[in-house]
Amino acid sequence: MFSIIEKQKLSAEVFRMVISAPYIAKARKPGQFIIIQQGGDFAERIPLTIADADPEQGTITIIFQAVGEATHKLATLNAKDAVTNVLGPLGQPTHIEKFGKVVCVGGGIGVAPMHPIAKGMKQAGNEVKIIMGARNKGLIIMEDEMKAIADELIVCTDDGSYGRKALVTEPLKELCETWKPDLVVAIGPPVMMKFCTLTTRPFNIPTVVSLNTIMVDGTGMCGGCRVSINGKTKFVCVDGPEFDGFAVDWDNMMLRLGTFKAQEQEAHHRCHIGLHIQEGDA
Amino acid sequence: MHHDTVTLDSQAKTLFEQYKDQALTNKQRLAVPVQEMPAQDPDVRRDNMEEVALGYTEAQVLIESIRCLQCANAPCVAGCPVRIDIPRFIAKAALGDFAGSIGVIKEASMLPSVCGRVCPQETQCQQTCTVGRVHKDIDKAVSIGRIERFVADWEASQGKRSVPEVGQSTGKKVGVVGSGPASMTAAADLRRAGHEVVMFEALHKCGGVLVYGIPEFRLPKRIVQEEIDTLVSMGVKIEQNFLVGRTATIDELMTRDGFDALFIGSGAGLPNFLNIPGENLVGVFSANEYLTRSNLMRAYDKAKAGTPLFDSKRVLVFGGGNVAMDAARTAVRLGAEEVSIVYRRTATEMPARREEVAHAHEEGVLFKYLHAPKEIIGNEKGKVEGVRIVLCQLGEPDASGRRSPVEIPGSDIVLACDTVIVAIGNSSNPLIEKTTKGLQVDRKGHIVVDEDTCATSIPGVYAGGDIVLGSATVILAMGQGRKAAKAMNEYLSDREHRGGSAS
Repeated sequence: MFSIIEKQKLSAEVFRMVISAPYIAKARKPGQFIIIQQGGDFAERIPLTIADADPEQGTITIIFQAVGEATHKLATLNAKDAVTNVLGPLGQPTHIEKFGKVVCVGGGIGVAPMHPIAKGMKQAGNEVKIIMGARNKGLIIMEDEMKAIADELIVCTDDGSYGRKALVTEPLKELCETWKPDLVVAIGPPVMMKFCTLTTRPFNIPTVVSLNTIMVDGTGMCGGCRVSINGKTKFVCVDGPEFDGFAVDWDNMMLRLGTFKAQEQEAHHRCHIGLHIQEGDA
Repeated sequence: MHHDTVTLDSQAKTLFEQYKDQALTNKQRLAVPVQEMPAQDPDVRRDNMEEVALGYTEAQVLIESIRCLQCANAPCVAGCPVRIDIPRFIAKAALGDFAGSIGVIKEASMLPSVCGRVCPQETQCQQTCTVGRVHKDIDKAVSIGRIERFVADWEASQGKRSVPEVGQSTGKKVGVVGSGPASMTAAADLRRAGHEVVMFEALHKCGGVLVYGIPEFRLPKRIVQEEIDTLVSMGVKIEQNFLVGRTATIDELMTRDGFDALFIGSGAGLPNFLNIPGENLVGVFSANEYLTRSNLMRAYDKAKAGTPLFDSKRVLVFGGGNVAMDAARTAVRLGAEEVSIVYRRTATEMPARREEVAHAHEEGVLFKYLHAPKEIIGNEKGKVEGVRIVLCQLGEPDASGRRSPVEIPGSDIVLACDTVIVAIGNSSNPLIEKTTKGLQVDRKGHIVVDEDTCATSIPGVYAGGDIVLGSATVILAMGQGRKAAKAMNEYLSDREHRGGSAS
């Protein structure tokens, strides 16, 4: 029922898929996500972000990195195959309005969920500057799509193989000093989001982050996704995924993300053998 | 002491030889010993997920049934939330007419194989049973639930499960939100009336709490699946991966998608925490998460499952209900070395089903009564390493009628553990409330319904089960599903006679 219309390999471990999901395509808004379960009874449910949607065609676009057993299994599928279970759209949509000047920071695979948000911000009449970061050139995704939206696009790589050799926080700090944005939205690895909030805090610029925590059902039932926001427990799946970045207890969140680290590492090695991906390729 | 099925069965057979073809007096009936439920050996079942209670043998049912006095006032029926005609089904079972017996139960209950296993009979039908009262021992009441389970399983084993008849098509389309016991019952009754019925389930498997919450060793999943299969063969359409409130709202279903009426049975889906320090440390889980991983995602099968489970050695489970017992007993089966229930009151106040508590004891679960958790302590890596507990004594009864725990100042102790499972109940999931304009809910977020019809504040929208009752029982949820379906059938036929249509 959730048939794959298109599949594309964007980099060694990053894939783009267009999936038929008419209800989700119709209902989804920027900032929301889905849960996928690929395979039979024993397969894991994993949250993935929605990069784009076409309500007329009834399709959604997902961009994912094969990092665990479940995403590897998904990556083995091709056009005309079908994904077993897709639930969504989940979570609260991004609060989009005319703020004035908005900086969107996307790190790694976080560029994918940033795309609809940046687009929405632009459509709402904001001036939008986008900072994209990746470890190296091969991991840069959606550059053209982002260029089409941004008033200015800054691309950085950790190793300098493309764009500016810098972490995203460097240009972010400069923009805070010179451009003085009204809002910053940051999506990427937790450590990147944490340092984005440390960068914007001295300038007192509201900073929204989108969290991707451990989840099972995605509907508020399991509480595996809970995070501490200003000392209060919130569920990422129903209260989030977006929160005030200054209120997030990052260290606790990152520790919680490592809850099943031992089991996940073992599974990752097994998957790489199956997918013929060399360790360190990504 | 553990007795195997063969021993219990041969004892029952011997007794049966003694009693058969006799007209028994009440005195004789009262002298018949209560039949023990055959169960897997505790030492064996600690290492498997298979059902613990194995069910009565035929001889045991015949004996247990003759213990019933067939009271004219039938106090057991008054104790049953859906008023099953208990004396009548037991009388048929006593004659070996199991088909007749299950027929009587099915007049009132949609899920006897489930209820026979999970109903808290000792606080319902068996609490009021005359036999138990005469013996002044509730454990000596007629084992109504075990007889119910036997005849339900007997029917399934005959391979001729009756599929309820479906009425002539009414042309009306009805949606059922959720697929737990309330929704299953409502769906069956609505379909029987001839409406097109679509059941919406958010997860990838139907059955609600029966599937994600209750473990295999207490309720085998195949039993739930058989009930779902029955609904499908009646023509109920199932839409999985559909979260009402997100995938489509109540309003969209009613106005855009052409549903004439909806039943909301979405359950109590938000786990409560104690709000004590340390609850977000690594190694602290809600019982929902722990059980969902094991049950729904089948993580107990470590070789096959993609979903990981935490590797636990010493587990503390907070709470004293069925969910706490399920979590503790799951932890035992997953290889934890020491599992303890931490409960603020004593065994007397504990809400769990008696049989589950007894089974937990047999499996080596420890019970720490009058222990109130105050703080979860973590190590430098943010992992749980202990819980600070304050000891309590029992004080005056509280609003629930149970004696409340009073903390003893200065009695703090620390219990070492690497895993904490919080099983202190659920709150209602606010998703439907937040996305449905005009839907009235109470202070706790439960949907407010008319007591007689289960109608909500929105015309054509009904609700039942835990989203209305809070954390209740399967049988109560089922009762509400039935009540709502009856009212919905009336609502839909009234509208048809008036020639009205959805606003």
